[in-house]
Amino acid sequence: MRIGILLKEGPYNHQAADSAYRFAKAAIEKGHTVESVFMYNDAVINVSNKADPPQDDRDLFKLWSELGSQGVDIWACIAASKRRGISNEVLGENCKITGLGTLTDIAMRVDRLVTFGD
Amino acid sequence: MTAPGNEEMEEDQEVVKKFMNIIRRAPHGTIYTYEALEMILIMGAFEQDISVAFIDDGVYALVKNQDTSEIGIKGFSNTFRALDGYDIEKLYVDRESMEERGLTEDDLVVGVEVVSSEELGNMMKEQDVLVPH
Repeated sequence: MRIGILLKEGPYNHQAADSAYRFAKAAIEKGHTVESVFMYNDAVINVSNKADPPQDDRDLFKLWSELGSQGVDIWACIAASKRRGISNEVLGENCKITGLGTLTDIAMRVDRLVTFGD
Repeated sequence: MTAPGNEEMEEDQEVVKKFMNIIRRAPHGTIYTYEALEMILIMGAFEQDISVAFIDDGVYALVKNQDTSEIGIKGFSNTFRALDGYDIEKLYVDRESMEERGLTEDDLVVGVEVVSSEELGNMMKEQDVLVPH
C-alpha cells in the first residue's frame, strides 16, 4: 500500500511526532511504501536543524532526516513554516519546504493518508 | 507488465477523490481551525470532491457577528462564505453539536446542510481522505 502521512503536532510537546515516525518505520518494515510525511501546524518544527535535544533522549530531528535519506519525502508546509521561523536556512537534511498543493497531490496519489495529531 | 501506452493513459486520467475536512475546534484559542481553512482553500484548486464537516466546537467557526478585535487576532469566519467561489459547496454541520451549543442555522454565516451524527458518520465512511483539524 502507498501511504502518505500528515503530521500536525510539534516534537516532544505531543507524542504524535513519535507515533507518526514509528508508524512510518513499521509500515516500511511490513513492505508498504511511505511516500511522504507532510508537516503542518506546529509539526513544521520537526524539520529544524537548530534543535539539540538531551543526549539520553531520542532525537526526532535526526530521525526525520534519516527517514528522508531512505526515500521518504519529508515536507514542511511553507505557510505554517513562515509563521514559526522555519526556512531553508534552518532546514534539516533531507527535508524540504513546499506548499499545501503538495499535500493535496500526495492525498490524491496515495492509497491512504494517515493523520497524526491531537 | 503494463504497456507504456496504457501507463501514459492512466497518468492522464483525472483523479477525483472524496476529501472531507473535519473542523472540531473553536475558531480561536488554537490555530487549528484557521490553518484548516488555509488548507481547504488550496485543496479547492485541485478539482477534487471536497467537503467540510463542522462538529463539536467547530460549529462556532461559522457563527455570525464574531468580533475578534479584543483578542488582537484576525477574524476569518466570513472566509467560509467565500468557499463556494473555490468550488467547495458541501458544508455539513452536525445537528447535535449545533443544538448542544444553543445555535440554529440562522446563527451561521453561510448556508449549510445540517445532518445527524449518524449521517455524518456514513458520509465519512464514503471518503477517500479524511483530514481532522
